Amino acid sequence: MKHKTFMAFIWPSLLAMTLFIALPILSVGYQSLFVEHEQILKTAETCGPFGCNSQVSIDAEAMAKQRAEQPAGRYNGLGTYTNASHLAFGEISEIVATSKDFNEIRNRIMNLPFYKALVFTLAYTFIVTPLVIVTGFFIAIVVDSIPKLFKGPVIFFSLLPMLVTPLVGSLVLFWMIDSRGIIGAALQALFDDPGLSLKASPTLTWITLFTYGVWHNAPFAFVVFYAGLQTVPKDTMESAMVDGASRWERIRFVTIPYLMPLATFIALMQLMDNFRVFEPIIGFSAAASATTLSYLIYNDLRAAESPLFGSAAATSMLTILGVVILLLPVLRRNWREFNRKS
Amino acid sequence: MTFFIKTSVAVSALIASAGLASADCGIESGSVRILSNDFTAARVVADWAEKCASDTVQVTRNQTQEHKNIQVPALSTNPAKYTVAMVASNSVVPLLNDDLIRPLDDLIAKYGQQLTDSQKIVVDGKIMAIAFMANSQQLFYRDDILSENGIEPPTNYAEFFAAASKLQEAGVLAHPVSSNLKPGWNVAAEFINTYLGTGKDFFEPGSAKLAMDQDAAIEALENMKTMTDYMSADWATYDSNAQKPVWEAGEVALSIGWGSIAGSYIAEDSPSPDIAAHTSFAAAPSLGDHGIPAVALWWDGFTIAKNISDEDAEASFRAMMNGISGDMLAENQDAAVWLIDGYTPTKASSGVLENLKAGARPYPMLPYMGLLHTALGDNLNEFLQGKESAQQALVDVNAAYTAAATEAGFLN
Repeated sequence: MKHKTFMAFIWPSLLAMTLFIALPILSVGYQSLFVEHEQILKTAETCGPFGCNSQVSIDAEAMAKQRAEQPAGRYNGLGTYTNASHLAFGEISEIVATSKDFNEIRNRIMNLPFYKALVFTLAYTFIVTPLVIVTGFFIAIVVDSIPKLFKGPVIFFSLLPMLVTPLVGSLVLFWMIDSRGIIGAALQALFDDPGLSLKASPTLTWITLFTYGVWHNAPFAFVVFYAGLQTVPKDTMESAMVDGASRWERIRFVTIPYLMPLATFIALMQLMDNFRVFEPIIGFSAAASATTLSYLIYNDLRAAESPLFGSAAATSMLTILGVVILLLPVLRRNWREFNRKS
Repeated sequence: MTFFIKTSVAVSALIASAGLASADCGIESGSVRILSNDFTAARVVADWAEKCASDTVQVTRNQTQEHKNIQVPALSTNPAKYTVAMVASNSVVPLLNDDLIRPLDDLIAKYGQQLTDSQKIVVDGKIMAIAFMANSQQLFYRDDILSENGIEPPTNYAEFFAAASKLQEAGVLAHPVSSNLKPGWNVAAEFINTYLGTGKDFFEPGSAKLAMDQDAAIEALENMKTMTDYMSADWATYDSNAQKPVWEAGEVALSIGWGSIAGSYIAEDSPSPDIAAHTSFAAAPSLGDHGIPAVALWWDGFTIAKNISDEDAEASFRAMMNGISGDMLAENQDAAVWLIDGYTPTKASSGVLENLKAGARPYPMLPYMGLLHTALGDNLNEFLQGKESAQQALVDVNAAYTAAATEAGFLN
């Protein structure tokens, strides 16, 4: 394609990407370098229905002046990135200095909010992604082999988990695993343990969230693989059959190699998607046992009466950095293949 | 013919009710735009403010649980999107911090004769908000279950836990207790309740530096942990909405919950009328020998935006005066614990009023209280789940609060 033609096609999406992706990321990055102005406090008599006392309040006029002079706030450099709520450099060096052994160091670092969230996010990403690919592949193989008559309805039902809004899907499951819900009560009966609650123990909550992740994402992998299966070359398949390959050998030596690029594509999408896992944490009320990076951002913006924009921005930038690091191996592989071909 | 009669009766009834609905509030003109939380009492007040609508006075409202998140941006514009923001002890703080609401002294002098002094929220000598109802958590108990087992309603936590273990041992209920311990806002509110019950303060006077009394904080945490021993294994997912069905299923006999929803527990349309009939309320239990209910008192009220015309401010204030008028009160005695003159307490309000009488302390209306609330909400659950010590939980709270307060400019 000529350079000019290429540009003519690409410029609308380039423009949209600059406006809606690049600029917002830059502004978030800029925001993460600033914190609020120093608050000017005054003490005054405050009265309400439950009596009077002397209380601190903010000198709003003086603050308004400061804000007018420097709307972005106070420059803080990378201070927000390194504070206790994020990378916690100070805390980590103290932990390393005062701990007895490696185990204690690890436990204490895992207690820092950012690292706690990072560990769950990574665990979720690396457990759910491969399971989604495998599950999706098997659903695709099975659906491909059922009689034509049933294919339509089966495909529709297999896609349902993906069609449900993540928050709604997780809420539905949340009530089903309640000790009064159908799954929760069934598990209690099965294990004969009336105290069994999927919501109570951290381990079970993690497993629940992973299961939800696979349930929700498998249809995506299924659709992609199923589409790929329709294009598996018939002659290769037939010659394999003539050579006496069993069904398993045909899958192993014809289908899987042929679908490998699709698996890479799904892995890429799923790594990105799962790294920003958020809705199930809210839907399952799981924050006691599992937090994610996206949940930290949400918490900074929504939990307090006044949002902590700097803190949320710093976590956002760190999340983007995390996604880039995760995708590097996959992208590098793609790049090498591209170079080999050309 | 009958159709014609029916229609004309219906139409004239509509006209008549419309005529009744528009009370004459004496407002000449202006625009009243109300932003508020969404619960029964707030709806009633807005309904009555809306009755001031006329050809020249527009009254609109947005009642949403998201009000806390939109109030600051909505009132920052000039003119402000809303003229009235209904607030509570905590949500008034960001409006004060950003100087978005106007002093009401002049309006009260002209139109606020009905207000009592205790309704006026005074900050730095100026009246910044009008409170119309009080709220707090309280004890909910099943009087039938307690009396069948020879238990008096508990007044302190020692009695509370004794009652709970008696019910458990007698095999009456496996998990007789419930309380809002969901991580985040709820568990923090529970800690603040309990800690206030020790009589100690959270901060160094006149500063944002966190200075919780270590022993008192640990006492409060241990108390909360004991509570979980008597709760269903799902306690970490309990908030107000999750607790109510458990109560209505008859699985719980003692519960700490919000006074503002007490009315709905004993309402005639309750899904389990037998349980509703035997639901009683009392002051929250006190902690140790401190003697005051371990609970924070809250008020709900309204503020008038700063960035609006004086005409709209006057119209808004007068419409809200109708919203919290004696006539409104007469029809809605049981909708809340009203702070309005002429209120006669009902059964649903008994818990909150007993808290008030017994000297419970108010939720601190400090600019940095919200930051502490968030830090508590994020860091107490590991202790309650038995994964870390109370000391470590407090260290984590301190670290999270200090980081947030430094970023917000309260600490250096």
